[in-house]
Amino acid sequence: MSRWEKLKRNPRTAWVTSILLAVLLAVLPFLADSFLGRSWVRILDFVLLYIMLALGLNIVVGFAGLLDLGYVAFFAVGAYLYALLASPHFGIHLPFWVLLPLGAGVSCIFGVLIGAPTLRLRGDYLAIVTLGFGEIIRIFLNNLDAPVNITNGPQGVNNIYPVSFGRFSLYQTHQLFGTNFSSVYNYYYLFLALTVLVIFICMRLQDSRIGRAWAAVREDEMAAKAMGINTRNIKLLAFAMGASFGGVSGGLFSAFQGFISPESFTLIESVMILCMVVLGGMGNIAGVVLGVVLLVVLPEALRYIGPAEQALLGRIVVDPADLRMLIFGLALISIMLFRPAGLLPSKIRKREFEAEDEVKAQGGAPA
Amino acid sequence: MTLLEARGVSKHFGGLLALDEVTLSVQSGEIYGLIGPNGAGKTTLFNLLTGLYSPDIGAFFFNGEKLIESKPHLVAERGIARTFQNIRLFGNMSALENVMVGRHVRTHAGVLGAVLRDPRTRAEEASVRSRALELLQYVGISEQADDLASHLSYGDQRRLEISRALATEPKLLALDEPAAGMNATETAELKDLLETIRDDGVTILLIEHDVKLVMDLCDRVAVLDYGKKIAEGAPQQVQHDPAVIEAYLGGV
Repeated sequence: MSRWEKLKRNPRTAWVTSILLAVLLAVLPFLADSFLGRSWVRILDFVLLYIMLALGLNIVVGFAGLLDLGYVAFFAVGAYLYALLASPHFGIHLPFWVLLPLGAGVSCIFGVLIGAPTLRLRGDYLAIVTLGFGEIIRIFLNNLDAPVNITNGPQGVNNIYPVSFGRFSLYQTHQLFGTNFSSVYNYYYLFLALTVLVIFICMRLQDSRIGRAWAAVREDEMAAKAMGINTRNIKLLAFAMGASFGGVSGGLFSAFQGFISPESFTLIESVMILCMVVLGGMGNIAGVVLGVVLLVVLPEALRYIGPAEQALLGRIVVDPADLRMLIFGLALISIMLFRPAGLLPSKIRKREFEAEDEVKAQGGAPA
Repeated sequence: MTLLEARGVSKHFGGLLALDEVTLSVQSGEIYGLIGPNGAGKTTLFNLLTGLYSPDIGAFFFNGEKLIESKPHLVAERGIARTFQNIRLFGNMSALENVMVGRHVRTHAGVLGAVLRDPRTRAEEASVRSRALELLQYVGISEQADDLASHLSYGDQRRLEISRALATEPKLLALDEPAAGMNATETAELKDLLETIRDDGVTILLIEHDVKLVMDLCDRVAVLDYGKKIAEGAPQQVQHDPAVIEAYLGGV
């Protein structure tokens, strides 16, 4: 069948491919640095961060079929938790290995708290309620500076301590094998390791008793109930797992940026993450990864449009900032037009769209 | 031995009295038919039994214990599985995956097991898969194991739904019009399958409009009309009951 399935059947080819892929990922920041510039290593870091985030949302939307428009709330919870417990704001500095599981755990609890009241809702209604919850969290963060200053309000939290393992701080440049590893490189390898872990967890979950139960709820909730699936728990589990991935990425975002404010967690962020999931191929892990790469890299790549316009036409005709967003929007629309199930659709989504086409083909010809 | 007992079950939908103090009992090992005109409350009774709705008055007793209301998954765990009048398969999953979902209630792997894939989880997965294949074979659609549920023929979808229900290891199998839309050959095959299932120790509660099938297959029959039970007994007995002829079977 597909090249990928052939690959899986041949263990030797699979090993060689994995090793090549690992080497490529290991040297990728060096390639980006030398060919495109240091800023692109930073963009790679963001790609990895968003992969973790989008894969969390993919559990909720892609696996369990629950449309969540307030997902960024968990990203915010993780980010603020890290920021408040590792910055001069409260004068607390908990170590990274405490903060990482703590962020996952606290976001997980928030996932259950927000998930619980929405359990009876489906589709559009669920989307609207989650959207509301997402906004509530952001507005809370914005206003929790009085009467007791917890979040520092719209000014956000500053000077967040970078990730460090004992005395080894990722913020500093380290020398290894005669090569300088600066901050963006260090974070790249940390994010890469965690991303691989997240992908691994997602793959295992999808192909398991839990994954099947999620798919069953997605397909037909009533039938799933009648088959003995406790749909309440299984939906809450999806919310909790998704939220904990969001929380972990939030903590990493805090440490990486060093500064956060409620502005980073607006509705448009939720929408962008959802776009990454849908555009790449809902429910398919490789698809989601591709969606993230595209949606993070494309807007950055389109920054070259100003110089390109200048070179091509000799003067600036359209404001490059406008043109950039215009092309970005057009690209999204054309992808959804030409590949409605996403760039790399999951097995299930692909079947769904094929089935629809069949119905159209059969019903299309007038009798 | 009485396996299932409905005691004075009533259910309103707004002003409509869908079930009016229905009392019936299903014996272990029999095929019990539930017939009546459309809208008589047969499917409502199924939905109440399987916990999708809860009764206004009355209760169900299974194996002598009261069934907890509005908890479908607990009903399934206790050993009642059902099929639906308008087939409700997981359309975009394969036939095999559908039956594997049915094993959910008898298996235990959680998130940790799924991620770590310890020997116990792997053994459980393997047993889920092999049991699901067995069940597909049992109902006679093992060749379609990898086909999409929604791509199966109508008769095969009915069979798949039965095998998915059997995967939950039920003591009582509740079938809602399993022969609807089937031709004579398919109905005859279905009759054989249901007899095999009964002989293998599963009690069957059957809603069906195919009177011939009901009369041939069922040990006992109850007739519902406008939410009331108007007759109960052996098929021959019920067939000649004037109230039943009036309400459902019609004159000859």
